[in-house]
Amino acid sequence: MQNTMLEITDLNTFIGQFHILEGVALSVPAGSITVMLGRNGAGKTTTLRSIMGLTPPRSGTIRFHGQALNGKTPHAIARLGIGYVPEHRAIFKELTVRENLQISARQKEDLAKSETLIFDLFPDLKRLIHLPGGNLSGGQQQMLAIARVLVPNNTLLLIDEPSEGLAPVIIESLMEAIRRLSAEKTVLLVEQNFRVASKLADRYVIIDDGHSVAHGMMTDLVQDAALIQRYLGVA
Amino acid sequence: MQAVKNNLLARNLRNSTWTTIAILAVALLIFAFVAADGNISTFSITVLSGLLRTMLLFLVAAGLSLIFGLMDILNFAQGAYFMIGAYIAYDIQHPERGFITFGAAIPDPNLRFLVGVIAAFGIGTILGFILERGLLRRLYDRPLFQLVLTFGVSIILLEGIKAIWGTTPYTWTETMSLMTGSFQVFEQPFSIYRLFIIVMGFILMVAVSLLLQRTRLGIIIRAGVEDPEMVSALGINVRAVFTLVFTLGCALAAFGGAIAAPFQGATISLGSTFLLASIAVIVLGGLGSFEGTAIASFLVGLAWAAMEQFSTRPEVATFWASVTPMLMLSLILLLRPRGLFGGER
Repeated sequence: MQNTMLEITDLNTFIGQFHILEGVALSVPAGSITVMLGRNGAGKTTTLRSIMGLTPPRSGTIRFHGQALNGKTPHAIARLGIGYVPEHRAIFKELTVRENLQISARQKEDLAKSETLIFDLFPDLKRLIHLPGGNLSGGQQQMLAIARVLVPNNTLLLIDEPSEGLAPVIIESLMEAIRRLSAEKTVLLVEQNFRVASKLADRYVIIDDGHSVAHGMMTDLVQDAALIQRYLGVA
Repeated sequence: MQAVKNNLLARNLRNSTWTTIAILAVALLIFAFVAADGNISTFSITVLSGLLRTMLLFLVAAGLSLIFGLMDILNFAQGAYFMIGAYIAYDIQHPERGFITFGAAIPDPNLRFLVGVIAAFGIGTILGFILERGLLRRLYDRPLFQLVLTFGVSIILLEGIKAIWGTTPYTWTETMSLMTGSFQVFEQPFSIYRLFIIVMGFILMVAVSLLLQRTRLGIIIRAGVEDPEMVSALGINVRAVFTLVFTLGCALAAFGGAIAAPFQGATISLGSTFLLASIAVIVLGGLGSFEGTAIASFLVGLAWAAMEQFSTRPEVATFWASVTPMLMLSLILLLRPRGLFGGER
């Protein structure tokens, strides 16, 4: 049994009066890539936001290395070593690429230490370093958003829909980057594109209508056509 | 390809922004020249007075703009902080008339003035901190309530001033060597103290701009203007940055009121006059843009001074000077609804 890095039990989150998560449970073993699958509006993004404390859960527990995250502020949660790459990238468009990376540094030397890794994974960023983030293409912005959470020494990365709106060849290189990252980092990914997800992830969790309905090894899921059809609607 | 197009588009917009600014500046200078009846000496004094206005406006508007950009709060109390600064500096300077008497213990008027300015800055800091931490913080999920709250606080502060100092305007009477010096501009005198404020305002403008561009705090503030939630998700205590910026904004306004007191005195209409003009400045500059605020301060300051000069003519009513900022604001909003440097807000 691998060491569990993130353990969520019976998570209930409301947005306004709407009960979005109704008892989500999942666990992410250290050193794995776990993908959250499910239809639009199932609650995948809200699960990530609940972990970060951005939409604080009303009940349930979230444990990171055994430590409860409930009630902590987003910046305190991030400082425990969790990097969040939100949907639609959310890079700072007015800041240069370098400033986008600098802002993420928690110690002075963080950026210098991580530069080699970042430019090795995303060589494009090196030549774009002085451009404003808003001038980058969608794929480059996604690379920057991932690079940004690699600056401090995060151990868990939460990545929301990295392939959204990108061309297949760019998705391919992003996925390759995430695969390489997983040698050192644990990844919890949200991915709509099942083909992409199935090639990348070790484990899966299916979220449906605010519940976690199935989980296990990806190698088992790809053979379970009935389960895929039922919850993901892809043949 | 698309990105290249976007770049070109952005550059064109930028260029047109600077063209607009240049046209406005030239038009205002011509107006100032006409207002001065073509007299070069009156014209120079008008421009210098415009610069003086610019700096005072900037001290109020910079805080207003940064606070709005970062926290989405239009701080209606900003004008009241300016006014409090003026009253405190006045009172410490004139111990025989005011409410605070310890000023009498400092015989040197120059030193007393310095103490007054520092005290104004300090009290602005304390009151700003209390407003943010004590009241606004509880309402971050309800922006409209914050607006009403800052408006309410501005009324409370105004009534507080009336209760302490009364409603009679105070005119600065203390003469001190800092104030009496003057120099000649084409044979007309201009006070060295006013020039000193212009220079200091300019230094502050550059300092804040360097802070925003060159320091880590500046990067955090600029990022926070775009997306404060993302800043917090990267591990930065964005609420603490809110408190810092808000407090500094209030302190700067109080400081502005204090240094302006020697020639504006302390009156209960100071707050609303400067608040409205500063709102005009930040909207004209483009909400949330610091460079826009700085440039709009120049434009509004110059227009204000030129109109003041123009309204010295018997056939022109004096009220035109006081409505100038709002007139400029309306004009710009008709032509460029986002202001000079406005983004997508």
